[in-house]
Amino acid sequence: MILAKGFGWRHAGRRAWAVRGLDLHVERGERVLLLGPSGAGKSTLLAALAGLLAADSGEREGTVEVDGRVGIVFQDPQTQIVMARAGDDVAFGLENHAVPPARIWPRVDEALARVGFPYGRDRSTTALSGGEQQRLALAGALALRPDVLLLDEPTANLDPAGADLVRDALRDALDPATTVVLVEHRVAEALPLVDRVVVLDPGGGVRADGPPDEVFATHGGRLAAEGVWVPGHPLEARRACAPPGEGLLAAEKATIRDRLAAVDLLVREGESLAILGANGRGKSTLALLLGGLLKPDSGRIAATAALAGPDAATAPHRWRAPALARRIGSVFQDPEHQFVTSTVYDELALGPRRTGLPEDAIRSTVDELLARLRLDRLAGANPYTLSGGEARRLSVATALASAPALLVLDEPTFGQDRRTWIELVALLAGLRDEGRAIVTVTHDAAFVEALADRTVPL
Amino acid sequence: MSAPLARRNPVAKVAAALVFTVALVTTLDPVPPAVAIAIELAVVPLFGVGYRTLARRAWPLLISAAGVALTMVLFAAERTGESLFHAGPVEVTTSVLSGALGLALRVVAIALPGVLVFASTDPTDLADALVQNVRAPYRFAIGALAAFRLVPLLGQEWQLLRLARRARGVDAGRNPVAAARIFVSTAFGLLVGAIRRGTRLATAMDARGFDRGGPRSQARTQRFQGADAALVIGALLLAAAVLLTGAVT
Repeated sequence: MILAKGFGWRHAGRRAWAVRGLDLHVERGERVLLLGPSGAGKSTLLAALAGLLAADSGEREGTVEVDGRVGIVFQDPQTQIVMARAGDDVAFGLENHAVPPARIWPRVDEALARVGFPYGRDRSTTALSGGEQQRLALAGALALRPDVLLLDEPTANLDPAGADLVRDALRDALDPATTVVLVEHRVAEALPLVDRVVVLDPGGGVRADGPPDEVFATHGGRLAAEGVWVPGHPLEARRACAPPGEGLLAAEKATIRDRLAAVDLLVREGESLAILGANGRGKSTLALLLGGLLKPDSGRIAATAALAGPDAATAPHRWRAPALARRIGSVFQDPEHQFVTSTVYDELALGPRRTGLPEDAIRSTVDELLARLRLDRLAGANPYTLSGGEARRLSVATALASAPALLVLDEPTFGQDRRTWIELVALLAGLRDEGRAIVTVTHDAAFVEALADRTVPL
Repeated sequence: MSAPLARRNPVAKVAAALVFTVALVTTLDPVPPAVAIAIELAVVPLFGVGYRTLARRAWPLLISAAGVALTMVLFAAERTGESLFHAGPVEVTTSVLSGALGLALRVVAIALPGVLVFASTDPTDLADALVQNVRAPYRFAIGALAAFRLVPLLGQEWQLLRLARRARGVDAGRNPVAAARIFVSTAFGLLVGAIRRGTRLATAMDARGFDRGGPRSQARTQRFQGADAALVIGALLLAAAVLLTGAVT
């Protein structure tokens, strides 16, 4: 059982409360989906329920009580695995709770069986896929026999196949008496697991609470507009309105040993191309090749004169970086990998400054990008302090700042809320309609549906 | 089993390596380190480590030993003994050569047992043995073990950060100042990522009771047996024998 009365929490050093004025009562065995726009305090509430908010890390108001043992599964598989072998990892929590050694291994085996872990105890945890690692993290939580299981977007960092593995495990592994609180943006995928929806309001307190049908009938539209992936709110497709123009960049039997089998493709002006394929087929490697960041082991990547003028004779991986950035923009999967300065403004000004533009021309370019990507209020902020959606928008904006004719993006919609997603699709569609080429490596079927003029399966 | 020493208690292996090498610090003579290296190479199969694996792990050690020797030859202040040859302005004498050789051999002889122990020991077993046999604090031993799991990620991350800088239009060309600045910014990016991951890992560990502070049980048992004590004593005796080879000459 969970009982919160007037609960609030403010992280040390922040002006705004992450959660405030929260009253919530959850009975034993209930399955609750916790929703709310970004910044409504969902993760903070889960941390409070899990007892992970240290008294000296912020300010507390009201009370929150949890009856019984709590287990939690987070979103990042890599930072939840503690040990090198799967069985040892499940045993880790049992050791901490001083379960006698003779009873540890039967409980480890039971937990691994419940989540459908397909390997033995000795399986190396680094050899597991993301979905398998999340199953293992779930086994680690279940081995402690929690009365309350908290799930903080457990499938957000996974590809669709990995997410299915975790959802199947959740469906089959839970004891009916276990209370579950799940945070998940992708509502359609979470609904089969829950019987109650609680919507947190960013202004504080609970906005809506009840069975899923009722909550979505009255609040679905507003939630969708705020960025929650509510089912039944279709997305607008943005097809190209003109045929593609000249070729810009070609891959000719380009391969990288052990990572990418030979690929042939031609990227053309005014075209949006989606590169599809299961994990391990080398999609990200191909994005790096097309971005002029890697040298193919065999075959070649060739630019046309339309993209590179006289430099077309040399391969893109041999161009100097400033020339590369003016022609091909790359957006990495993790936005933080690309940040090199200490303010959002300087990030955007970096590319134009290297082309030697006067400072006032740079200012107008940067201001326009800031406004276009809703980052204007953050111009002075440090890029590393941005939220996931803001960091993604900034990473796309930095690539646009030097106005490349070709943009290569690696999973740009990964983990994004519906609002950022729609903005990204509209922005990329606009760039394509201006005549730029957009190449996207993606698992996101909705994105392909909305924006891809052509798909390349690997 | 063909590798009787591989299965010994990890703490015993570390202790044996320490006992064997500490003795070598006390001598400047090149003979004992050479004898020690011969012994070390001879026992490699007993640890179940292939010579090829050892060579792969030990090559940085060989390079640093060569560096030490070269530095000594070039910069040694005392150049007594018989002059052997001149390399430009550098006069190489017997004393310089034996000093340089002694030091290089010592570097290899002292470091090799460590390489051997870590090549033949599972890190989990080592952490368990530290906690169970020498009462190391488990927060330190298990915490370090978990943190080391994240180390291989740093290599991949460094590569991605470098490529991402190039994609942003940042490269140094031949300018060493720009190269240094890019290095610092890349290292900062790596640090930010490492701290974020470390924090998340610590939270996940605490969520599973790592911070409970009460008694903790052990799923795996490490025992310090007679054979382990024998290994340490054997190392001690060998070390004494090695030192004697120095005294005799």
